[in-house]
Amino acid sequence: MVNINFISSKGVLQKADAVAGETLMECAKKNQIHEIEAECGGGCSCATCHVYIHKEWLDKLEKPSEMEEDMLDFAFNVKENSRLSCQIKIEDVLDGLTLETPETQF
Amino acid sequence: MSKLIETDALIIGAGPVGLFAVFELGLLNINCHVIDILDKPGGQCAQLYPEKPIYDIPAYPMISGKDLTDKLLLQIKPFSPVFHFEELAKDLKKNNDGTWHISTKKGLNFHAKVIIIAAGGGSFEPKKPNIPNLEKYFDQVRYSIDQIDNFKNKDIVILGGGDSALDWTVQLNEIVKSLTLIHRRDVFRGSPATVNKVMDLRDKGEIKFHVGQVKNIIGSNGILDAVQCEKKEGILEIPCDILMPFFGLTMSLGPVEKWGLNLLEDRVSVSTETYQTSVPGIYAVGDINTYPGKLKLILSGFHETALMAHAVFKYINPEERLTLQYTTTSSSLQKKLLAK
Ligand SMILES: Cc1cc2nc3c(=O)[nH]c(=O)nc-3n(C[C@H](O)[C@H](O)[C@H](O)COP(=O)(O)OP(=O)(O)OC[C@H]3O[C@@H](n4cnc5c(N)ncnc54)[C@H](O)[C@@H]3O)c2cc1C
Ligand code: FES
Repeated sequence: MVNINFISSKGVLQKADAVAGETLMECAKKNQIHEIEAECGGGCSCATCHVYIHKEWLDKLEKPSEMEEDMLDFAFNVKENSRLSCQIKIEDVLDGLTLETPETQF
Repeated sequence: MSKLIETDALIIGAGPVGLFAVFELGLLNINCHVIDILDKPGGQCAQLYPEKPIYDIPAYPMISGKDLTDKLLLQIKPFSPVFHFEELAKDLKKNNDGTWHISTKKGLNFHAKVIIIAAGGGSFEPKKPNIPNLEKYFDQVRYSIDQIDNFKNKDIVILGGGDSALDWTVQLNEIVKSLTLIHRRDVFRGSPATVNKVMDLRDKGEIKFHVGQVKNIIGSNGILDAVQCEKKEGILEIPCDILMPFFGLTMSLGPVEKWGLNLLEDRVSVSTETYQTSVPGIYAVGDINTYPGKLKLILSGFHETALMAHAVFKYINPEERLTLQYTTTSSSLQKKLLAK
């Protein structure tokens, strides 16, 4: 099990167990993280699974693909630590990954 | 009022289920017009995952959203459905004789014996950015252009870096007083020709371009005056008469909500015998409907259209008997299918 810390826009922490191989978005949906919508179900075509990864974890992730960068253009309030959670594969080394969810996905 | 378009059935939504509804209705000689707010058929399959494979369409071990749409279009061709794209079905009225009148946002008018709602996850609408007070200035925040004259000699601010943002930048630039394009990075995603054109306009100083994001707008007495663009270097205030945000599309139930149908959790309740809604003469199939055990699958939507079509036939022709015919063996069905 890989532990993920979801912090809501209101600052509320929700811990969730993820399985290596699934995506961060899938883990969020399973655990009913409300601020993640994922309208396209992981197709990288909606940008409603936008999250802010905590700085210390950013380097441990693979860099976003060009497709993800393009889709981030459709997210709002994009920051340097913005990512689309459906494009992040959970791995064992991500145990403890901490991220914030935005107030709205629009 | 524009000319009234007559049809047996008016299908709202050209997603996979709306398309197959044309087929099932067509077999029973019920002709169809189809409305969709998108500029193309296929619904979610075309808009959200055209290149992704689907594995649970019977007899297709694997098929992409795009191929499924193309094959459905081919399959329904014999019934010559008439499509009306980029049209939002908006107002619904019942006529005295029990038929229906539907008008679209842009002003098309339909007269139909029955309405088939195949609106899926709802209509695709532009995302509205989460900027405080945006709704206060709804008149000055535009997601499309109805009358280009309204943009003449105005200060326009366009947000985004995709096709829509770039296309409108190029088109509007000629007639406006000033045009500012704001995007979160200096990379654009659009057809190379349009991207080059925008770069060229920027280099010549004909448009202004900022890397940044708009998080606040400023106005007084209900009139929008300026936007605040957050840049690395600080906040920049840019005069603005019309703001055009282009952050893609999202699905929302839309006008269907206001048609007086029984809804359950934003879905239209139907009978599983007829797929009729709580209002006689209005049917709902595919992702938009709900009933005990509903699965939002294309497969289930297809099944629903067959039962719906038989129910519609009986509704339109109460005196006639309808027997089930197979497309394999029925000569009259084959005549229809092979006619064109
Ligand atoms: C990423 C993803 C993967 C999927 N994978 C599968 C899969 O493997 N197998 C499967 O069976 N299903 C899958 N689905 C679900 C499947 O796509 C839907 O069940 C299917 O698209 C529903 O079809 P529909 O015709 O009911 O609605 P939609 O495809 O949603 O089409 C509805 C159309 O109606 C239009 N519309 C709505 N309201 C209005 C209005 N008022 N005026 C004008 N137009 C309107 C919309 O613009 C839209 O084009 C997937 C969905 C997603 C997002
Ligand atoms: S779920 Fe749609 S882009 Fe991630």
